Amino acid sequence: MFRFGLAAARNRRLFPLRSSDSSLCSLRLASTLVVGEHEEGVLKASTLSAVAAASALGDVSVLVGGFGPSVHKAATQAASAHSAISQVLVVDWEKVKHELAEPWAELLLMAQEKGKYSHVLAASSSFGKNIVPRAAALLDQTVVSDVIKVVDEHTFVRPVYAGNALSTVKYTGSGPCFMTIRPTAFPAGQASAGTPAPIATLDTGTIKSEAIGRSEWVGQHVQRSERPELGSARVVVSGGRALKSAENFKLLETLADKLGGAVGASRAAVDAGFVPNDMQVGQTGKIVAPDLYIAVGISGAIQHLAGMKDSKVIVAINKDADCPIFQVADYGLAADLFQAVPELIEKLPDKRQVSA
Amino acid sequence: EAAVKMKVLVAVKRVIDYAVKIRVKADKTGVEMNNVKMSMNPFCEIALEEALRFREAGKASEVVVVSMGGPQCVETLRTGLAMGADRAIHVSTEIPLYPLAVAKLLRAVAANEQPQILLLGKQAIDDDANQTGQMVAGLLKWPQATFASKVYFGDKNDVTVEREVDGGLETLRLQLPAVITTDLRLNEPRYATLPNIMKAKKKTISKLTPEELKVEIKPDFKILEVVDPPKRKGGVMVGSVDELVDKLKNEAHVI
Repeated sequence: MFRFGLAAARNRRLFPLRSSDSSLCSLRLASTLVVGEHEEGVLKASTLSAVAAASALGDVSVLVGGFGPSVHKAATQAASAHSAISQVLVVDWEKVKHELAEPWAELLLMAQEKGKYSHVLAASSSFGKNIVPRAAALLDQTVVSDVIKVVDEHTFVRPVYAGNALSTVKYTGSGPCFMTIRPTAFPAGQASAGTPAPIATLDTGTIKSEAIGRSEWVGQHVQRSERPELGSARVVVSGGRALKSAENFKLLETLADKLGGAVGASRAAVDAGFVPNDMQVGQTGKIVAPDLYIAVGISGAIQHLAGMKDSKVIVAINKDADCPIFQVADYGLAADLFQAVPELIEKLPDKRQVSA
Repeated sequence: EAAVKMKVLVAVKRVIDYAVKIRVKADKTGVEMNNVKMSMNPFCEIALEEALRFREAGKASEVVVVSMGGPQCVETLRTGLAMGADRAIHVSTEIPLYPLAVAKLLRAVAANEQPQILLLGKQAIDDDANQTGQMVAGLLKWPQATFASKVYFGDKNDVTVEREVDGGLETLRLQLPAVITTDLRLNEPRYATLPNIMKAKKKTISKLTPEELKVEIKPDFKILEVVDPPKRKGGVMVGSVDELVDKLKNEAHVI
């Protein structure tokens, strides 16, 4: 009951047009389903960002799917992850153990039929981008991709043309509004200290679709790293073609480690085989917005800038003083990276000594 | 045993060339399109290249390109034919098309053409939506493999696709017919040679309308305004690593 009261208050504040109507029906109109993503029982930071975005729209239900004990662990965590979360739906189903779009889309469909949410959203991760449009199409609904700002319940801002324009769009349809949100635009926030939200189990027994079973997960090749995740790291050190080899990327790893950061790369560095593709920052790779982004040997093509220009402080180190990266850099150093980076590593304050 | 000969349908979109620095219109209605270089969306080029490689490997017998929109789409289709597609379909309409409408039109084209594989780029570099392939797969009830970086044919009317996902790579096996969307690293598209550009002029481009395809385009999405992103304040060039460390520590307070 308390939770309903809270959501109603929030709705009144955000949507004054409905302020006189505090019936359950209006609450229903502003109830959001967030599709959660977890790894071995731990919710991803991008899901918490999606919850933060959804909290501006009212009451939030989080759907946590997977197979085995880890999904229940993630559901327990989700129950206390944010004060806007009023319910956690847990699905323990072998078919959604992996990212397969066919069963996941049917699952979203069923959850939507049961909950009649006004909005269905997920982070614009490779998972969210894969499943949300498929589910939306099954319900004949449009999708608003990669939202960076919620203006009101049907109006959103999203970047287009590799972030070189911002488009304000309005969903004018009548069904649920499907969206993916850009995690870097919505800070995840603190976990709720209140009573955990109730956890309900969704039964998948009724789900039937000819598409399920026509796809099969074969395997994966995942890069394991001790460093923070690229998408949510406070510091990112990225290298481009000028690094010349995979071996030389170790220099950037040393720099990143000293700053407690993650390592990224330009498309050129990935295409040259210096680093794996999941390290690519840009329009078609990861979007990052750390406190500090250090671009080393990266020229600054439009497509790369799309992935990092919302960083708080940008540093560029490049031999070519005319390259476009210097136009977005707060601090530019025109120098040979093979001299500048080792010197930088040496001269950066050592956090371990400071804290000792 | 001989491989199954199949048809591949490739969806291609005409967009502002990737190298153009776009300009937002003063009236905030969109982006300046007049006198701007237009090209085939880079991800669509990759999709078409992959389809051509299927044909060259003897896995596909026909490659059909389809594009939707105004009359200029024909140029993009000609480019596709010059790269090597066998024939083209132009779905002609002046109504602005968003991914759901494109997906419905593609479903109708696929119902006519009965391809075994529908290939698309993972996203168009103008609207950056990354939706159409997933939507059409849902509408057709076909399995999907998005963000493909490798595609192999199996011998049981199936295809194995390596996908680029957040943590690394993932491999799926799909039964045909299936939808595949392409990532950047799938291949390097070929250039159309002059003789092939000449030959392309003789290839067929058939024209269809949404009405003929019995697709109603639902207006459920409006672009209210398009503006420039906030400009970053001009930065400074520093003369040395010492100066850089000092600025980061004492001015930006990020280290």
